[in-house]
Amino acid sequence: MTSLKKNIQTLREKKAKIEMGGGEAAIAKQEAKGKMTARQRILALMDKNSFKEYDLFVKHEVRDFGMDKKELAGDGVITGTGTIYGAPICIYAQDFTVEGGSLGLKHARKITKIMDHALKMKIPIIGINDSGGARIQEGVGALAGYGEIFYRNTIASGVIPQLSVILGPCAGGAVYSPALTDFVFVVDGISNMFITGPSVIKTVIGEEISMEDLGGARVHAEITGNAHFFARSEQECFDQIKKLITFIPWNNSTKATSVKPQKPTIKKSIEDIIPSNPKQPYDVRDVLRSIIDNSDFFEIQELFAANIVIGFGRMNGETVGFVANQPMVLAGVLDCDSSDKAARFIRYCDAFNIPIVTLEDMPGYLPGVDQEHAGVIRHGAKVLYAYSEATVPKITVILRKAYGGGYIAMNSRHLGADFVFALPSAEIAVMGPEGAANIIFRKEIMEAENPDEMRQLKVQEYIDKFANPYVAAANGFIDAVIEPKETRDLLLHTLEMSRTKDEIRPIKKHGIPPF
Amino acid sequence: MEQENKELELVDFAVTARKYKTTLTRKFINRPIWEKVPEGEIRAFLPGTILSVDVKVGQSVKKGQIVLIHEAMKMQNKVAAPISGKVVDVLVKAGDKVSKNNALIIIE
Repeated sequence: MTSLKKNIQTLREKKAKIEMGGGEAAIAKQEAKGKMTARQRILALMDKNSFKEYDLFVKHEVRDFGMDKKELAGDGVITGTGTIYGAPICIYAQDFTVEGGSLGLKHARKITKIMDHALKMKIPIIGINDSGGARIQEGVGALAGYGEIFYRNTIASGVIPQLSVILGPCAGGAVYSPALTDFVFVVDGISNMFITGPSVIKTVIGEEISMEDLGGARVHAEITGNAHFFARSEQECFDQIKKLITFIPWNNSTKATSVKPQKPTIKKSIEDIIPSNPKQPYDVRDVLRSIIDNSDFFEIQELFAANIVIGFGRMNGETVGFVANQPMVLAGVLDCDSSDKAARFIRYCDAFNIPIVTLEDMPGYLPGVDQEHAGVIRHGAKVLYAYSEATVPKITVILRKAYGGGYIAMNSRHLGADFVFALPSAEIAVMGPEGAANIIFRKEIMEAENPDEMRQLKVQEYIDKFANPYVAAANGFIDAVIEPKETRDLLLHTLEMSRTKDEIRPIKKHGIPPF
Repeated sequence: MEQENKELELVDFAVTARKYKTTLTRKFINRPIWEKVPEGEIRAFLPGTILSVDVKVGQSVKKGQIVLIHEAMKMQNKVAAPISGKVVDVLVKAGDKVSKNNALIIIE
């Protein structure tokens, strides 16, 4: 054997050993939990044969607590590049089979190296989290590692898409990297995220709660809003990631790849979806599907704050971000959670050159002590801030109700909307007719012989006068009152007209949004 | 997902003077209901452990007087009487673990 051949043989053996991660027993344990290994995950996610690994031979240098005798394959994390539907991607996956995927300084430096690469090349980065947390034997070195990751997450925010996939435990400091990224994916029964776990809570507070109830996938998808995509299996999760990648651009100086334009497949017309009685609900996603290419609406944060619907769809083959009030849930009110949800999505779209279409049907902000005390003022203000700040094309269609602060907040002309349309069923007013009549005609109603009859009369008077789109149209606040069937054509046309939009704002370091 | 599968349970939901037919979320149904806490009721401001109780039922206390030590987040917090008055109830003893908002001492 020539010496090169021998060298190649040695390389192969070294690689094969490290590629076994924590070894057969640890892999069997991982699989027994219904989890894929880090390597399997990367291969399942990336295009076939596209993944190239780097830093396979990185070793930790810790000497304390017996660590000098421990050889950790790849220091517990796999990093590299590959493609998803041809899009270039940087990726890392923590390997739970190696020392519980614990994060030490070298492990973190592998991650920050691939992050730096992503930021330099201006391509998306995906992080697969499956780690017991900081490698305690390393002490502050592990904390330094986390900090260096968080810093890069922040610097890269709004420049390249950052996706976090939680496929195992992600606890303590580790949770903050996903929290700083754009989209967080969780899988039922597999993902766990929390700052302090059940055992600490039990010791300190005496409250007993399971990992699943404290910070399982469902909790983060439905209650906390920390997660954006909820899947029932790892494979379903990977399908969601791949689909998302097709909708977003590689970085903030490009546009999402366009596809062949398609007509909606759902033929149901908007007038058949929206009940004329403004107190009756409907699923606004049916309206979205009736106007989006191929009726393919890709919803984000489906379970969290379901009173507002956000997601991507295509119009004429190009990605558009949709924000829509959902009358079917909590009457479509804005509250703390739905404001946070919408505002962050609007800022995402704005950062990545994705036009925003808003469908409005909302009765106002949610009344209640819990809302006021939770800070609905500052949370609600985020929506105003995000819409006002956004310079991508912004188009609004008022479907039905547009009352009070909600009318202003939902991308009104006054916040800089490029086009605002209203269906003839739109009611644009300071508040609902009943409330308004009670205030304006209080005296007449009180003094009437039959107050109820008088109230009915005055409510009708208010409806006739204000609960329509024509007062706003007379002021030019809306550009046209349109028939429901015209909606898609008009959106396609105005998106086309807005394609070259270029809006310059005063130079500043950054704004101070009501975080 | 789930919303599509389950039978829609529409309820009346009041926003200002109008009631809308809609569904509720689990989070909304489980939201905390606000209640006014009486001035003299001392509640645990954090979860933790009571290290000592320095007053007895019937005892008069002055506003600002330390009434108990509450260890929380590795800190021994001295808790002072919010008003001057008489201790009418002591609901904890040294060693008790308390949750946030547990009533500890009531002064009238």
